[in-house]
Amino acid sequence: MVQIAERVTPRPAGVRTLVLTVAVLALAAVVLLSIGFGSNRISLGGVLHGLFAYSGTFDDVVIRDDRLPRTLLGVAVGVALGLAGALLQAIARNPVADPGLLGINHGAAVAIVVGTAVFSVDSAGQLVWFAFGGALAGTVLVALIGGATSPLRLVLAGVAVQAVFVGVNQGMQVINTHNLDRMRAWLVGSLVNRDLGGLAGLLPFFLTGLVLAAILARPLNTVALGEDTARGLGANPALVRVTGMVAVGLLSAVATAACGPIAFVGLMIPHVVRALVGPDERWVLPLSALLGPVLLLGCDVLGRLLGSPGEIQVGVMTDVVGGLAFVVVARRLKAVRR
Amino acid sequence: MRTWLVVSLLALVTLVLVVLSVGTGDYELTPAEVLRTLAGQGTKAQYLVVTGRLPRALVAVLVGVALALAGAVFQTVTRNPLGSPDIIGFTTGSATGGIVMILLVGAGPGLVAAGAIAGGLLTALVITALCAPHGLLSSRLVLIGIAVSAVLAGVNGYLLVRAKLEAAAQAVGWLTGDLAGRDWTYFVPLVLVVVVLAPFVFAHAPALRMLEMGDDAATAVGVAVPRVRGTLLLLAVALAAAATAATGPIPFVALAAPQLARRLTRRPGPNLAASAAMGAALVVAADYLGQRILSSSLLPVGVVAAALGGAYLIWLLVSSRGRVRAA
Repeated sequence: MVQIAERVTPRPAGVRTLVLTVAVLALAAVVLLSIGFGSNRISLGGVLHGLFAYSGTFDDVVIRDDRLPRTLLGVAVGVALGLAGALLQAIARNPVADPGLLGINHGAAVAIVVGTAVFSVDSAGQLVWFAFGGALAGTVLVALIGGATSPLRLVLAGVAVQAVFVGVNQGMQVINTHNLDRMRAWLVGSLVNRDLGGLAGLLPFFLTGLVLAAILARPLNTVALGEDTARGLGANPALVRVTGMVAVGLLSAVATAACGPIAFVGLMIPHVVRALVGPDERWVLPLSALLGPVLLLGCDVLGRLLGSPGEIQVGVMTDVVGGLAFVVVARRLKAVRR
Repeated sequence: MRTWLVVSLLALVTLVLVVLSVGTGDYELTPAEVLRTLAGQGTKAQYLVVTGRLPRALVAVLVGVALALAGAVFQTVTRNPLGSPDIIGFTTGSATGGIVMILLVGAGPGLVAAGAIAGGLLTALVITALCAPHGLLSSRLVLIGIAVSAVLAGVNGYLLVRAKLEAAAQAVGWLTGDLAGRDWTYFVPLVLVVVVLAPFVFAHAPALRMLEMGDDAATAVGVAVPRVRGTLLLLAVALAAAATAATGPIPFVALAAPQLARRLTRRPGPNLAASAAMGAALVVAADYLGQRILSSSLLPVGVVAAALGGAYLIWLLVSSRGRVRAA
């Protein structure tokens, strides 16, 4: 099994506050960039006009009906992915843990393929529910097989379930090219052309995930001290892990259903956060939630700039940017040998 | 003793499956007919059918051997059951090489194979270079492999979205891992690679066993650790890339075959011969099942391998509840 120890030390409160301030500013900046940049050049005044003095001009419509929803979606998905990754890494005590690793994306993919092939569903609004169900089912399956107790088994279970899903998926794609056409578009992960009305139904699940994450911050700190110590302090490690998995499942299912599989945000961000503020989950979780959207929207904007006149999908950008950044992180990790 | 029993049994299973597989298709042959034809006593029609299907089965055997050996080497060197080439990105690299050839160059099988091998070796080179300043520490190798693999997966996805549907379908077909239409032109280069490289791997078996004990122990008994490890990894990468070039990436064989072999032989260590025999049996079995499961359409071997491999791992995890060190 991969065993990694990070060189992470608790940081003084001043550093944490500074990081928090910078994170908030970065989020604000990236939101502005996401609304301001695109294939149509719109001045800052035009952006503000579209946001606050909407009068139906072409630029206003682009801002209000295209870029704003896309940006909001990016923020929500980024929050979900950042939190899911941070929770999962805390539960699995394995910094390689990522929602993508647990077969969640592929559960959603299988459900979408089944939805189109077996139930002939075509509208995005309905497919979202297939994706959500599949992602959740994938998480539950992995948690059941892996058990809530051992981090190692959890990761192995993820690999196993994912393999079965991928096999089923590819089989359906080979048999039916209509599926292929739909799947390849969905499988890259993108914030474009998502029907916000159709996604609104996911909101309660998203909020539940957020609340659970907030509740779990302190117990996760206790569990991090080790099974026996945690029990001695009156915590219930198994309960914390199960609740945590529920939150991870909800958050990553919402994210995957909303914009397809986006890898690496959940893997990257908690790493960066722990390096900045130390291991205290009460800081790691909220900062991961703040910086998740910074990475996601940043990648989305970058994809629009690099791909112009078209764009490179955000899922591709996160793979490339996140992967490269992760190489840097991995090189700095102190490896522990068994 | 037990090891050789396992190897012979697996070889026998593989042989039986090859015969069954050769008899399977639009024109069915009984195993006896297949054997008689192979012995040179079939009708001309039977001869044509058998020689037409034989290379596919033999490619399956060789791919299984190559993937399993690569997996055994990687898992031993990284001292990690998850450290197989499919997990740490070398096969993704081969896949990228292959689909770049299909989608950007529009190339035929020969160039696709060349692209796959180039992609696999290049990825290995990049990953090794990224690990270099601190040596090939096992966990770092896996981590960086996963990272590089993700970058490449992103590239693959982007290429697929950009491509025309027809070309994308061809690329996905190849990415799935398929043995359909693998004739002697696929067999010849593959057999050359395996016959040349596999003996080198086997020659390093003792050193590999020492490496599993740890670098210090290996150094203490006189193994030149960096050189041996480098050589072995290079051999393994080449084997995995050659297999991928022939069929597209077939998941799970490199991961599961060494683990299964270890369980059957009840021996720790690389178990090279048993792994190779297990790999061959697995791929041939997956291909045979793929041709038999559905009557209407043929399932590619990669799909069956993924489903079987995953199901096996799930079973392993469920059946070993309580014991933490599964697999």
